[in-house]
Amino acid sequence: MTHARTSKPYRPASVSILKSHSIFSTHQRQRVNNHLSSVLAAEAPQRPTMSPEKQETATAAVRVLGRWPSPFVIRVLIALRLKGVEYELVEEAMGNRSELLLASNPVHRKIPVLLHHGRAVSESLIIVQYVDEVWASQGPAILPADPHARAAERFWSQYVDDKFPTAIRVLRGKVAGDKDEAAAQVAAALEHLEEALVQCGRGKGYFGGDSLGYLDIALGSHVGWVRAVERMAQVCLLDEAKLPNLAAWADRFCAHPAVPDVMPHTDRFVEFSINNDGVPKAAHTNSK
Amino acid sequence: MAREGDLKLLGLVVSPFVVRVRMALSMKGVSYEYIEQDVFNKSELLIRYNPVHKKVPVLIHHGKPICESLAIVEYVDEVWGGGAPPSILPADPYERATARFWATYVDDKLFPAWIGVMKAATEEEKAEKVSQTLAVLLHLEEAFAKCSNGKAFFGGDSVGYLDLALGCNLFWFETLREMFDVELIDEGRTPLLASWAQRFGEAAAVKDLVPNVDKAVEHAKKMRRVFVH
Repeated sequence: MTHARTSKPYRPASVSILKSHSIFSTHQRQRVNNHLSSVLAAEAPQRPTMSPEKQETATAAVRVLGRWPSPFVIRVLIALRLKGVEYELVEEAMGNRSELLLASNPVHRKIPVLLHHGRAVSESLIIVQYVDEVWASQGPAILPADPHARAAERFWSQYVDDKFPTAIRVLRGKVAGDKDEAAAQVAAALEHLEEALVQCGRGKGYFGGDSLGYLDIALGSHVGWVRAVERMAQVCLLDEAKLPNLAAWADRFCAHPAVPDVMPHTDRFVEFSINNDGVPKAAHTNSK
Repeated sequence: MAREGDLKLLGLVVSPFVVRVRMALSMKGVSYEYIEQDVFNKSELLIRYNPVHKKVPVLIHHGKPICESLAIVEYVDEVWGGGAPPSILPADPYERATARFWATYVDDKLFPAWIGVMKAATEEEKAEKVSQTLAVLLHLEEAFAKCSNGKAFFGGDSVGYLDLALGCNLFWFETLREMFDVELIDEGRTPLLASWAQRFGEAAAVKDLVPNVDKAVEHAKKMRRVFVH
């Protein structure tokens, strides 16, 4: 273990009092948590360093390496919450990959990584399926039972990942690109997904039917950023008039109990973008 | 067992993604109607059943399409699961996640790299793509060591999901060797993959499904005429 939270001497597995959805910025939270940690360490009775075996059991059985604004991390957290699985979110600092991340995902060096009893699972959609399978006996099923429905949700989830991430990064101003083209790409993809919702959901609330499922999570995890770029780039993407089912679905998704704590309000995404994407505030509007 | 009328596969003889699905169907002993497509002149059938991508493979079961080769392989494994036909995906969730991870890696990293070799316009570009392909294969060599656990295939004693995901690309490596004299899976660099490739080629389930290298060469030349300027 090489990251700050589990360094010796003994302390509880997590002293992160302020969780990722708090109103404080990451930097503020880090300072508060570090201060708390040192206070606790100073006050704790002197005891010998924990043995490695005991340290393992003190570490949460389920840990997620990630950071809140990442839609891919959000997916994993929603899946765990749906299944009622307790987890520890190990926040990866921006622009500075921890040793734990590099060791757990040496191929891609990306978040999210799920550590289950220390074993690493990478790639958000793969993690969501893993969670669905490991905790099959608790919580709702994430993937549907019917093989054709499963294949359809896998198809559309891959489609979402082909069409949204790059376009959203362009619209955020995180990477260079034609914003009009990016917006058109997202809009076209949403049109396909509007049809898919009608087909997959069959008039019920979610792609998964009555309950939130795999494709809901795959697409829903992008809604935070979609709404943020709508505001920043001044484009209408989840257009109620053109996409009535999807617009209603987006509201429903965001209000689902498993979601708000891990995918906060649009304001937070906009604030994050302004603070981190390296684009001046004025440039967030499309120049027309 | 599906009657022929119930199950159709829209394919292209030289597409590794189609070969992958055919291998999965063969492992399950399932019969189907195979309909070859002209990807340079897409049929109404293809456009109707895969309107989003208009690509092969498309499996049509009881009139309903399933697209994206890895999703099709999982579908085939689920529909014709249990009992005598062997399981394509492993049973253990962690092993399944690992197999899926590497299969996705093959499609996201290996495929674009070797296609890049095939489509390269200059020697420099080709060398770069070959280099990329070799780097990816090194990762897959490590993956084999971990996944196989000393056994013959990624899937253990018999061909599994990841074997299919990677194995369907092998005939293209032979094709690139013939066209450009490049050795991608090399005993010196990736010995485990080299011996696995041999075993995979001989495995009963997949043996007769690998197209002739000549066909692939012909297709590659056509692709180069269309795409390389």
